[in-house]
Amino acid sequence: MSPRMSAIRVIENVVCSFCGCLCDDIVVEVDDGRITRVRKVCANGRGLFTHYDPAPRRPTVDGREVAWEEAVAEAAQILDRADSPLIYGLSSTATEAQRKAVALADKLGAMIDTTSSVCHGPTSLAMQAVGEPTCTLGEVRNRADLLLFWGCNPAVSHIRHFARYSVTPKGTLTPKGRRDRTVVVVDVRPTASTRAADLFLQVQPGADFEVLATLRALLQGAEIEAETVGGVPTAQLQDLVERMRTCRFGVAFMGMGLTQSRGRDLNVSELFTLVAELNQYARFCVIPMRGHGNVAGADQVLTWQSGYPFAVSFARGYPRYGPGEFSTVDVLARGEADAALILASDPVAHFPSAAARQLEHIPTIVLDPMPTLTAQVARVVFPTACYGVDAAGTAYRMDGVPIRLRPVLPPARPTDVDVLERIIEAVTVGN
Amino acid sequence: MLGILNGQVYDPLNGVDGEKRDIWIRDGRIVAPEEVECKGAEIVDATGLVVMPGGVDIHSHVVGAKVNAGRKFRPEDHRDHARARTSFSRSGSGYTVPTTHLTGYLYTEMGYTTVMEAATAPLVARHTHEELEDTPILDMGAFITMGNNHFIMNCIRDGQPGKARDYVAWLLGATKGYAIKIVNPGGVENWKWGRNVGELDDEVIGFGVTPRQIITTLAWVNDALGLPHVPHIHGINLGQSGNARTTVETIEALEGRRAHFCHLQFLSYGGEPGKLPRSGAAGVARAVNEHPNVTVDVGQVVFGEATTMTSDGPLQYRLHQLTGHKWLNDDVEGETGGGVVPVLYKRQNLFNAMQWITGLELFLLVDDPWRVFLTTDHPNAGPFVHYPHVIQLLMDRDYRAEALEGIPPRARKGALLAELDREYSLYEIAIITRAGTARALGLKNKGHLGAGADADVTIYTPLDDREEMFARPRYVLKDGEIVVHDGQLVRERPGRTLYVAPPYDPGIEADLRAHFEACYTISFDNYPVAAEYLPRGEMIPCG
Repeated sequence: MSPRMSAIRVIENVVCSFCGCLCDDIVVEVDDGRITRVRKVCANGRGLFTHYDPAPRRPTVDGREVAWEEAVAEAAQILDRADSPLIYGLSSTATEAQRKAVALADKLGAMIDTTSSVCHGPTSLAMQAVGEPTCTLGEVRNRADLLLFWGCNPAVSHIRHFARYSVTPKGTLTPKGRRDRTVVVVDVRPTASTRAADLFLQVQPGADFEVLATLRALLQGAEIEAETVGGVPTAQLQDLVERMRTCRFGVAFMGMGLTQSRGRDLNVSELFTLVAELNQYARFCVIPMRGHGNVAGADQVLTWQSGYPFAVSFARGYPRYGPGEFSTVDVLARGEADAALILASDPVAHFPSAAARQLEHIPTIVLDPMPTLTAQVARVVFPTACYGVDAAGTAYRMDGVPIRLRPVLPPARPTDVDVLERIIEAVTVGN
Repeated sequence: MLGILNGQVYDPLNGVDGEKRDIWIRDGRIVAPEEVECKGAEIVDATGLVVMPGGVDIHSHVVGAKVNAGRKFRPEDHRDHARARTSFSRSGSGYTVPTTHLTGYLYTEMGYTTVMEAATAPLVARHTHEELEDTPILDMGAFITMGNNHFIMNCIRDGQPGKARDYVAWLLGATKGYAIKIVNPGGVENWKWGRNVGELDDEVIGFGVTPRQIITTLAWVNDALGLPHVPHIHGINLGQSGNARTTVETIEALEGRRAHFCHLQFLSYGGEPGKLPRSGAAGVARAVNEHPNVTVDVGQVVFGEATTMTSDGPLQYRLHQLTGHKWLNDDVEGETGGGVVPVLYKRQNLFNAMQWITGLELFLLVDDPWRVFLTTDHPNAGPFVHYPHVIQLLMDRDYRAEALEGIPPRARKGALLAELDREYSLYEIAIITRAGTARALGLKNKGHLGAGADADVTIYTPLDDREEMFARPRYVLKDGEIVVHDGQLVRERPGRTLYVAPPYDPGIEADLRAHFEACYTISFDNYPVAAEYLPRGEMIPCG
C-alpha cells in the first residue's frame, strides 16, 4: 500500500514572471513535486511553469559535468584572468540576483549591461532627455478613458494586458469596462492588437517621428497643409489630437516599434514630450511595455547601485555610463571583452551574428535555468533555479511596482544568488 | 569595552552642555559608569574634542521609487560625482541623488547615523526596503504617504474614523513603515483630474472630504495608535506666494493635536498668489511658537543644483511649467502620486534668494530649538552634504551677514534676516541635528549618550570654521564601532531598518480584500512586505 497521503496542493495568487505584466493571480496545482495544472496563465507564461524541468542538474565545464565547487573555481579563474570582463543579461532573474551581479561587476571592474540595451535602452535615453509622465497600471484600470498603443502588440507579447490592466477591466471611473474606453493603435501594419482597437493609424515604416512631431504641432494649433503625414491622413491625426486633448485620463503604451526603428530614442522623446504637453489639457501618462519579467528591476537595481540604468563600466573603479560604448552588442562586436558572464539571458539566440560569435571566442560563463543557445557555446554553465517557479525573489512590473515571487516548487537547485555569492567570494581581483 | 575619554560632551537630552565626560561603550550600547570595566578597554582620547550623539535626520529623500527615478533620469548629476570602490566599500555616483551605498558613506562621513526616508508610496514600499538593504551603516525608517489614500478618504466620508485607525495600523505593518506621512492632502488626488486644492475646506473630487478632515483624522489616528512619531505633514500650497496663511491655518486646524511640519520654508511665503513672494517666516514662526504641539524642520535652500522630488504631483508639474526642466510624474493607484524635476537655486534669482532668507529666518525666529530641526529636505532644497554649511550660517552671524550681502539688494530689502543676530550654540546645534530629532521621532535609544543608548557617537575637532568642523568629524562610531576617521570611511557595516507594527482589528481584512479586488492590480495577499525584506529590522514600540 502506498504511504503517500499528500493531496494535490493548490497555490493561489502565484506571480508569473514571464513578462513585464507580472500577473499575480495565477493558480498552480502541484502534485508530488511536479506542476500538474496551471490556471489563468496566458500562452506565453504557461511554458514557464510547464516546460521547466526542476530536476537538479550538475554544472558543466567545457561540456563536462563537474561538482559545483569546481565550476565556481573555474568561473572565478576566468574572471580573475580577464582584463576586460563583461556581465550581461539580468532581466529574467530576481532583483536579489541582479544586486549580486552588480556587486560582482563592481568588484571585478567589469562592464555590466542588461537586455534593456537591445529593447528599451532608447526609452531610458528619452527619459533622461525629457522626463517621463507615468502612472501605475491601476490608474489605467480605474481612470483611463483613452488608450494609445504605439509600436507594440500586447495581444501577442503581453497577452493578459488588455484584460487585466488596460482595455477591458472595470474600474472605479470605468464601471463599464471596454465601453468606457477609446482604444487607438498606431503601428506600421495591422496586428493582432489592432483588432481590439476603435481606431488604427497605420504609419509608414520609419515615419513615427514625423507623425509624433505632427501631433505636437497640431496640439499647438499649427495648420498642416500636407494631406498625409507618414502615411496617415492629417485629418485622422487632427481627430486623434482632439480625442487626446479632451479625454479625462489618457495613457500611451509604447514598445519596440518606436525604440528599434529609425529615430529610436528621438521617437520616444517625441512621444514623451507630446504626453507631457497634453497635461495642459487633460491628464496623460505613458507606460513603456517592458518585455522580460524583471527587466524593469534590472534598470532599478543598476540605477540604485551605480546611478545608471544600463551600459555601465566599472573599469576605472567607479561607475561610468556609456550607451554605444559599454553596451554589450557594441563591446562584443568590437572585440573589447575578453570574458563574459551571462545571467538569465540568451544573447547568442538574439544578438547580431558578429556579437554572438564573439561569445564563442571568449571564455563565457552562463547562469540559466534553461538550456540556452548561449549555454551551448559557454565554457562554464550553472543550471540554476527558475525565479518564481522554484526560487523566491522580487520582480518589478513594467510600471515599477515590485512584487514578491513565491516559489511553487521546493528548491532543488542552487539559485542565481547562491552561485553569484560564491563567485564573488572566489574571485581574488578586487580583494 | 571602548572608552571615549576627556571629551567636551554635548548631550542635550541628558542636560550635558560641553562638560568634560567619559563615554563608555559595550556591545554597541552606552553603559552606565558603574558598569565600566577599564581593563583591556579600547580607548579613544577625546581630549580637546567635541563629542555628540550621532546625527539623526528627520526628513530626507534617499531611497525608494521616486529617488531612483530621480537617479535614473539625471546622469548629468552623477558624472562628476563618482567614488571608486575600496577593498571594503562599494563604488557609487551622484551629487543630489547619490546611489544607495554612497548615500550611506556620505551621511556617515558627516557624522549622521540615523536617517528617515521622508516619503514612500505604500504600493512600492518593497522597493524602499530593497534599497535600504543596500544602504550601509545608517539606521533608517520610511514614512508612508497616506494623505490621498482612497480607503482612508472613504472612511472619513462614511464617518468611520475607527476603521481608518485600523487601516493605518494594518498599512504601517504591511509596508514595514515608520510613520504617517501626509503630502498635500487631497491635492494629489485632485491632480489626477488635473486640479489641486488651495484651501483647507476645498473638496477632494469624488470623495466629498476636505484636506482639513484628512489632517485631523490622521492626527487623531496617530494618537489613538500611540505611534512613536507624529503625523509628518507637507501641507497644501507648497511653494506658492501667500501660503503662510494656509500653513498657519493648518497648524490651528490641529486643535492641539501633535504633528510635525516638514520643510516649512517652502510653506512660509507671504505676498499675493501668482506674484513674487516675500518671506512669511515671521507669522509662521509666531504660530509655531504659540503651538507647543508642533515641531518643524526647515528645508533650508542651498544655492546650486538640486533635484525636487515630492509626492505632490501638482507641485511638480507646476515646477516643470515654471522652469521648463524635464519632468517625471508617477500617479500611484488609489494611494498617492509624485514627481521629480531638477532645479538650480541661484543666488541672483529673486525667488530663490527669498527662499534662502525665509529658511534662515525660520531657524532664528522659532524660539525653542527642540521644535525646529535642520534639514534641506534633501535633495529638494539642496543636497544633505551641505548641512555643515547651514550650521555655520546659524552659528556665525558675521558669516551670515556676509552671505546676505551676496543676495540681490531687491531680495534682501526689508528682510527681517538682517536684524536677527541670534547665534546657535553647539548645544543648540546638537539639539536641532540629533537630540531634538530623535525625541520628535520617538527614538529612545538615539540622539543621546545616556546609559542604554545605541553607541552612535560623533567626535569633532572644534574649529572656528564650523563648516569644516562639521564636514569632517575626527571619529564616527556606529553601534560602538569606529566607521569614520578624519572624515574618511574606514569600515562598512550594515544598518538597521526601524519600523512599527501597531495592532489592528483583523476584522478589517474582509473589507480590504474587497477594496483590493475593486481597485488594485495586485492581490491583497501579494501586497504586504514580509519580514524577509528586513534582515536587520528593529521594531520600535507603540503606545
